[in-house]
Amino acid sequence: MTLYWEEEMETLPRVGLESVQLIRLQKLVARVYKTVAPYREKMDAAGVKPEDIKSLADLTKLPFTVKEDLRDNYPFGLFTVPMDQVVRVHASSGTTGKPTVVGYTQKDIKTWAGLMARALTCAGATGKDMVHNAYGYGLFTGGLGAHYGIERLGATVIPVSGGNTKRQITIMQDFKSSVLLATPSYALNLAETMEGLGVDPKSLSLRVGVFGAEPWSENMRDEVERKLDIKAVDIYGLSEVMGPGVAMQCLEGEKGLHIFEDHFLPEIIDPDTGEVLPPGEKGELVFTTLTKEAFPIIRYRTKDITRLLYDECACGRTFVRMEKVTGRTDDMLIIRGVNVFPSQVEHVLMGTEGVEPHYQIVVNREGNMDTMSVEVEVSEDIFSDEIKKLENLTKRIQADIKDMLGVTCRVKLVEPKTIQRSEGKAQRVIDNRKL
Amino acid sequence: MKVEQIAVFLENKSGRLAEITAKLAEENVNIRALSVADTADFGILRLIVDDAEKAKITLKSNGFTVGITNVIAVEVADKTGGLAGVLKTIEEEKLNVEYMYAFVNKTGEDAVLIFRFDDMDKAIEALQRTGYTILSGEEISNL
Repeated sequence: MTLYWEEEMETLPRVGLESVQLIRLQKLVARVYKTVAPYREKMDAAGVKPEDIKSLADLTKLPFTVKEDLRDNYPFGLFTVPMDQVVRVHASSGTTGKPTVVGYTQKDIKTWAGLMARALTCAGATGKDMVHNAYGYGLFTGGLGAHYGIERLGATVIPVSGGNTKRQITIMQDFKSSVLLATPSYALNLAETMEGLGVDPKSLSLRVGVFGAEPWSENMRDEVERKLDIKAVDIYGLSEVMGPGVAMQCLEGEKGLHIFEDHFLPEIIDPDTGEVLPPGEKGELVFTTLTKEAFPIIRYRTKDITRLLYDECACGRTFVRMEKVTGRTDDMLIIRGVNVFPSQVEHVLMGTEGVEPHYQIVVNREGNMDTMSVEVEVSEDIFSDEIKKLENLTKRIQADIKDMLGVTCRVKLVEPKTIQRSEGKAQRVIDNRKL
Repeated sequence: MKVEQIAVFLENKSGRLAEITAKLAEENVNIRALSVADTADFGILRLIVDDAEKAKITLKSNGFTVGITNVIAVEVADKTGGLAGVLKTIEEEKLNVEYMYAFVNKTGEDAVLIFRFDDMDKAIEALQRTGYTILSGEEISNL
């Protein structure tokens, strides 16, 4: 029997759902138009007024919002409420140094916790579970977003965050963790560490894993399921829209993740033309939030590539399903759950005296961990006959990248002209991961 | 009294050293001494040659990153304690050696020590004061 968190809403027939969506959309557009100048200016430029939104189809009249809009209004320019009503902020990587900042009111935090509880229920978790939350805590939405949802569900949260893998395994054994929340690559790392320690996953109480924050393939799912002896389900979210809990795979369905459509309105567009594509076609996923207060977003281009599946799901939920995200329209990389834009790396290198703009980012999966190395050509300006000086340089670049991105990378100095020069767009990234 | 040394950046991959020496041979540049300092990822080749300027131009035009630095060449008798004596002077003067290498000259009577110090001028002054022979670039070439 399917477990629901809010059965009535989750199984609402589409007609009912659409009327809920329309009422919420109209209210949202009116409020955003009134309170946020950048939105108002864009709508005015497009010649559209809040009263023009008479049906859900009118959504297409509204301009898109892109990551650059968030950057241009950094940090709080797109918030719709005064800061004294904002109780929390989160941030994710921007494309050129400045992070993308989002905010939440008291009510937003409550809504988010409810949606995360709903997502966990999709995975079969209940108030009786011991939930091992290995998503990173901090500015990243993963850790705290999941945390509040677990508490809301009434389960016990183990706020273990990332890292210290051996200790995590001891905790799993001693606390009898039954649900694991982590990035899929970290889950595999846990499995391998267990193997090394001689810990049999079957001896643990783990039953299900809720994995997200980075792309992973069906092959990886099989591997995690086999190695940890659990059921692995997919969760989707992004900070600009809310954080984890925007869409969630159910235990019953074979494929896809249910988008919580009473709160998030999805569209699939052609990334080149911006045209909305017919149902079932593959394109860029676009979201409009319907209930968020502090930081609502209208037609946000996620740059994630997927398709929407409108067929019935065995779980009885009527929410549309999105296919597992298969790619991106931009060059964003996800390294151990952290969003990395090559432009950020470039920004650090350009800020380092003497470093030439010839660099390459090489991403590998060693064991189950993603590794990133940045190859930098040695120009005469940075060259020294002393090893110490060259090593200090690589350490400094490494520390600056870590500061900016939160990711540890290896910096490798290479001989000049060894990084391939391409015609037109330089190939900055070599991603050797087989996902 | 300083000697010009060529330093070349090397990635740790096969054939690089062979390529450098071949290019220098083509241009009739004679290598008097060399040392390679290496890390896991890269190395620095340091060379004392008979024509530093020509070596630099040759290697640069072949795409290498090249630098010229000044080092000090100290001549000592090739016998037990030769290096120890020099290092004692250096220690007493509280000079720091960034790196050093050595070779024995053709006659086999003397050894030449190549030094890079944090304070080169102070090192020259101290070594000369304690009676060591410091060789010029020309003298090295003629050895």
